[in-house]
Amino acid sequence: MNKASERPNRPALSLHVPEPPARPGDEVDFSHIEIPAAGSVRRPDSSAPAADTHELVYSLVRVLDEEGKAVGPWDPKLDPDTLRRILRDMMMVRVFDDRMYRAQRQGKTSFYMKATGEEAIAVAGAHALDRDDMCFPTYRQQGLLVARDYPLVQMMCQIYSNRGDPLKGRQLPIMYASNAHGFFTISGNLATQFPQAVGWAMASAISGDSRIAAGYIGDGSTAEGDFHAACTFAGVYRAPVILNVVNNQWAISTFSGMAGGELTTFAARAVGYGIAGLRVDGNDALAVYAATRWAADRARANLGPTLIEFFTYRVEGHSTSDDPSVYRPQNAGAAWPLGDPIARLKAHLVATGEWDDERHQDQLDALDAEVRAAQKEAEKLGTLQSDPFLDIASMFEEVFEELPWHLKEQQAQALAEAEAKRK
Amino acid sequence: MTVMNMIQALNSAHHVMMERDPATVVLGEDIGYFGGVFRVTEGLQKKFGKQRAFDSPISENGIVAIAVGMAAYGLRPVAEIQFADYIYPGFDQIVSECAKMRYRSAGEWHLPMVIRTPYGGGIFGGQTHSQSPEALFTHVAGIKTVIPSNPYDAKGLLISAIEDNDPVVFFEPKRIYNGPFDGFYERPVTPWARHPAAEVPDGHYTVPLGKAAIVREGEAITILAYGTMVHVALATAAAEGVDAEVIDLRTLVPVDIETIEESVKKTGRCLVVHEATRTSGFGAELAALVQERCFYHLEAPVIRVTGWDTPYPHSMEWAYFPGPVRLGLALKKALED
Repeated sequence: MNKASERPNRPALSLHVPEPPARPGDEVDFSHIEIPAAGSVRRPDSSAPAADTHELVYSLVRVLDEEGKAVGPWDPKLDPDTLRRILRDMMMVRVFDDRMYRAQRQGKTSFYMKATGEEAIAVAGAHALDRDDMCFPTYRQQGLLVARDYPLVQMMCQIYSNRGDPLKGRQLPIMYASNAHGFFTISGNLATQFPQAVGWAMASAISGDSRIAAGYIGDGSTAEGDFHAACTFAGVYRAPVILNVVNNQWAISTFSGMAGGELTTFAARAVGYGIAGLRVDGNDALAVYAATRWAADRARANLGPTLIEFFTYRVEGHSTSDDPSVYRPQNAGAAWPLGDPIARLKAHLVATGEWDDERHQDQLDALDAEVRAAQKEAEKLGTLQSDPFLDIASMFEEVFEELPWHLKEQQAQALAEAEAKRK
Repeated sequence: MTVMNMIQALNSAHHVMMERDPATVVLGEDIGYFGGVFRVTEGLQKKFGKQRAFDSPISENGIVAIAVGMAAYGLRPVAEIQFADYIYPGFDQIVSECAKMRYRSAGEWHLPMVIRTPYGGGIFGGQTHSQSPEALFTHVAGIKTVIPSNPYDAKGLLISAIEDNDPVVFFEPKRIYNGPFDGFYERPVTPWARHPAAEVPDGHYTVPLGKAAIVREGEAITILAYGTMVHVALATAAAEGVDAEVIDLRTLVPVDIETIEESVKKTGRCLVVHEATRTSGFGAELAALVQERCFYHLEAPVIRVTGWDTPYPHSMEWAYFPGPVRLGLALKKALED
């Protein structure tokens, strides 16, 4: 197989396999991360030619500086009530995540995924969109539902796969779906939703609608063909869509370098497709809001898609089935130089006299009480452990609009089997 | 009524549905200005505009995903995959997304979409333009699989598929686009014009999904077929002088079990025929269904006549294709057993 001995005048080849800068036992090292000063990145008009954004894809749009001041051209200048609402929603996501993580550890459900450190991306993004814009999320955008007032009890019932589960016990926990909340049904097959968002947006444009779509994808799954299809179609048809890449730098145990992150930025993919691109500090709620609004304005003006890379860090494990301490340094998340999105927005509100520690603690307590109350409600309808959704006949429904003969037959067989088990 | 070949009938179905329902949109490679490599979408862009009939990039993955998004929005996309052999880049979107959307979202979304694709051999298309991958789709819960065998059914079934609220993969036997090829490849092909099913109503009508057609009544044996093989079965039965009952399944999922069962119980013998490779082909499913339901009526084993379990060879097309000789030998065996 190896022909090296027959070709002595040619140097031997070797393969580069990317490796993250630090592994367990190593010092956490983020020295390679370049962080431009807040406010330093130019803001083109949202109607500018796509190419006018292309130098921005190697930079980082940031609004909140180290003192919590909002600075520079990307400051969305939001009123204090909106800022407090964004803060509240991010806090709610974290409280909810902690509660449900614990519920999984208590055996009340099979699986959970937290969004710790990434709350700003979904929450501030949702507030920058219209309520009826359609989002095509991954499993880490529960903040969209929180920001759009989806009932916590229903979220929990889905997580518990209990009698109140709106998805009838069919989906893995956290794979929510709500048309009314503009939250597309989550797929466990990564990246598939990304081109679907483009298709939805194209349909909206064909129909002369004014709603836009927002797709979400992780850094790891940008390597899928679906990502390429999404960017190609979005660019070709100038689809009114925002293509959000949430670069939290980890795909389970695989660092972003394995998806090409060593070579260039994810935002830089926009250059090749000729579409607008932005690279944004994902832990800066104001920057997330500003970039999303910029892209939404652009899409609504029929100027086509924007690819936004939200640069962030997955603070915790991939899911309840994952232990990141076996593949990356302990406490890497705490050392992330762009900080925590909740702490940063809180600091901003405190610095502007719109918030204080006491109110923050009161709000935290209130959210905790709200989540506990919701949990109590949800558990009245059972948990996966105690009283899961078990309506065997319904297992065969909604495969098709109507039950064909073979499913009717299998439904009867399954019911007979259940009956036999009871005896 | 107009005499149409299958291409014209399919084209007519598009025109009728785009006229009736502004939510119907058509996309695919070369389907716009040009009207498709087989001309099935001819004139749609001119009549209904570029926003409703447009060319796509060469990306079956993208075509299916975009159609999924469009259907989720509320349109009724009809996506053409230029050859069934090219459908595989879109397979994940069909299997993981399209087929499961209604179920996984508990009805929050459903996908009224059609994926049309020419399939099958007999045109010297080599291994990348001749495949019959229908069984890959019948195996997936949540999609319907439809295959017409003549112009009348092609239009009526396509209209039903477009109006259906579930995703349909619609396979078009391209060998019979222009005439009912019966497998006697050395003979000149008769055009559709001389076939009764070429009389096609100009307006809207439907042929229901899930209903087979008995295209020839007989007593000696039941032949289950679809697509091109319907015509091969009819011609072979005639050539061999066998009083076969030939059933054109038309829809594979959900298959019309009643018609199958009734016929096999009557004839006591069953032969299943398809162009696709044999192992795990749809014929295996049919044979299993027949033995489960008609075992005590059977006088002989159910026989499968299929393409060989090899890729589709270019120069050896007629050694591969399950034509009248292979079918004739099998018929004899089935009747002797």
